[in-house]
Amino acid sequence: MRPPIARDGAKAGAEAGTSTVFINARIIDPASGRDEPGGVLITDGVIADLGGHLRRNAPAGAVVVDCLGHILCPGLIDAQVYTGDPGQEHRETLKTASFAAAAGGVTTIACMPDTEPVIDQVALVDYVQRRARERAIVNVHIIAALTKGLKGHELAEVGLLQRAGAVAFSNGKSSIVNTSVMRNALLYAKDFDALIMHHTEDPFLTEGGAMNSGEVSTRLGLKGVNKAAETIVLERDVRLVGITGGRYHASTISCADSLAIVRGAKARGLPVSCGVSINHLTLNENDIGSYRTFFKVRPPLRSEEDRVAMVRALASGDIDVIVSSHDPQDADVKRRPFAEAADGAIGLETLLAAALRLYHSDEIGLLPLLRAMTIHPAKLLGLPGGRLEKGAPADLLLFDPGQPWVVDREQLRSRSKNSPFDEQKLQGRVLKTMVAGRMVYQYGS
Amino acid sequence: MNTQAHASFYFPGRHLLTCEGLSAQEINSLLDLADRAADINRQVNKKRDVLRGRTLINLFFEVSTRTQSSFELAGKRLGADVMNMNVATSSVQKGESLIDTAMTLNAMRPDLLVVRHHAAGAVELLAQKVDCSVINAGDGAHEHPTQALLDALTIRRAKGRIAGLTVAICGDILHSRVARSNIHVLNAMGARVRLVAPSTLLPPGIDRLGAEVYTDMWKGLQDCDIVMMLRLQRERMEGNYVPTSREYYHFFGLDQEKLDCAKPDALIMHPGPMNRGVEIASPIADHSRSVIREQVEMGVAVRMAVLEALARHLPNH
Repeated sequence: MRPPIARDGAKAGAEAGTSTVFINARIIDPASGRDEPGGVLITDGVIADLGGHLRRNAPAGAVVVDCLGHILCPGLIDAQVYTGDPGQEHRETLKTASFAAAAGGVTTIACMPDTEPVIDQVALVDYVQRRARERAIVNVHIIAALTKGLKGHELAEVGLLQRAGAVAFSNGKSSIVNTSVMRNALLYAKDFDALIMHHTEDPFLTEGGAMNSGEVSTRLGLKGVNKAAETIVLERDVRLVGITGGRYHASTISCADSLAIVRGAKARGLPVSCGVSINHLTLNENDIGSYRTFFKVRPPLRSEEDRVAMVRALASGDIDVIVSSHDPQDADVKRRPFAEAADGAIGLETLLAAALRLYHSDEIGLLPLLRAMTIHPAKLLGLPGGRLEKGAPADLLLFDPGQPWVVDREQLRSRSKNSPFDEQKLQGRVLKTMVAGRMVYQYGS
Repeated sequence: MNTQAHASFYFPGRHLLTCEGLSAQEINSLLDLADRAADINRQVNKKRDVLRGRTLINLFFEVSTRTQSSFELAGKRLGADVMNMNVATSSVQKGESLIDTAMTLNAMRPDLLVVRHHAAGAVELLAQKVDCSVINAGDGAHEHPTQALLDALTIRRAKGRIAGLTVAICGDILHSRVARSNIHVLNAMGARVRLVAPSTLLPPGIDRLGAEVYTDMWKGLQDCDIVMMLRLQRERMEGNYVPTSREYYHFFGLDQEKLDCAKPDALIMHPGPMNRGVEIASPIADHSRSVIREQVEMGVAVRMAVLEALARHLPNH
């Protein structure tokens, strides 16, 4: 097959000939392991130079940004973002999602195909890309539907969708139940070296379930979702990867049992990777408290033991990427009895600060934490960003890891306000976000 | 047309059930006979009496127009009495088993039985139960021997040889009996066989039958002498094996751009019936290098040769 073409739906970027230099920064590049004082020079939307020699010395003619010793790293790449664009614009548009992303230090978002209509055709990929070019202020990539209408029966046009720019294929919020369809999907995608990102939840075992099954669900009188709903599908998928060789990514795993399966698959040399949502790294089932629906997500928040296992796996590299799993839901569908409320939580704007909780609590170092939000998703999706090196796109994030703030959902830029971090104290503030050499967010302005 | 030296005739088989195991000598013997039949078929008087007094039954459990009429014509031109069993209205529909049908037909004392069945191995099973010679006209996804032989004859007449040629068989290999028979025949004749298909339409272990596998048609057709296209059934192009006919055509349909990867004198073949615009662009099907119509003509000749060869072993008393 023709090699996939990594296309950046980025803004035109800064005007030709203009230069910006970030000086006096702590440069962190998780891809190379670089963590040193220095500066970064941006010309024509790409990184022209970087290193210790730029710490104090600004080239003549360049716009100087003094970082005051704060951390300058690649902009975050979020590999799982739901919007309502097209079809559910009251929840979120590409524009509002991109503003939330920019404020969260996220310079690239990969949008899920769960829209109305479902993104399962080349014309829709073209349409979303055009809308993103016109309205979004960060890079927008498209994860196209793996099956027509996300119904799990018939394969979508993987080859043509990839040529149109889709960076991966997913069945959205549902697992493919039919094993034969999943096998053929992996087989077919392999010919195009296309990545399949799969939500792993058995729909029969999750039916009617509102949260993790166990003591808490029993106390609350809610029907639980057993972890086996996740592991059964994941285990099956890994077996199918074994016979097909298709490139497979378990989008959001949530429990220690799933880690064992992924580790086993990686040890066998299978092309398997996995992701975890920021919610499952920083929250657990106890946060639901008295039926707080902003904590109703899929897969459900698990036990504290599972959360700790997720964080450890992230530190060890067994988990490849962190996603926000940003899923805007309006008040109407969240202000309901818990079992009837919609799943999902927004997370773009709080992604970095929530992740830094793990750093501040000494659960993980900065490099492995940032790696899972920069170079790992870049490599997974075949994107040129996520790294600080000469010639790489100037998608940058400047942040102060220590600055505290309290989340006020009314201040969040997302069109929906369903943040599980509302009213919580977070530490770590995005100061500036740059996309393709253009400043798209500045704290305080 | 025949430029191949005539080897002495050698075809000891009583049935023609499979191409697997046929030697180059056996195949050449049939092709030599077929060559002569092809010449006679172009004359005004096409009738011979090689099978005079013999009865040929066409037993088709699967609908077929071309293969059945090709066998019917072959039998008639050799002087046999030909009967077509219309299975759609026969006792098979009333629940009679394959074996019982075979025994019933056997009691009618045919000399040659041509059988097509949707299940792989069904023709061989039937051959074990009857006294006459049996010709496999297609059993499931297993084999279609006369198709591979007529393809070989078409190639030999057009190129003067088969040995050393590179033949790309493209399309639905998974469900194709034509592909399997061709792999055996072409390998026996010393050709290099390539298979070009998406992974979803490739059966496991097919490379072990003697073929190189390509999932990229542009690469698979590079420097080929023969491009042999296969039909993609409609029900297989709607998301189960390939997403749509549009995508299939884009990546696996034979158009001018992909054909240009093959040698400039490469021949275009198709066993028919064609889906124009799915596996083959319409102008390519009618291309000056297309030998698709010759294949049909050679079909009658090859079937005459097979009937004649098998008839040599029939008892004469």
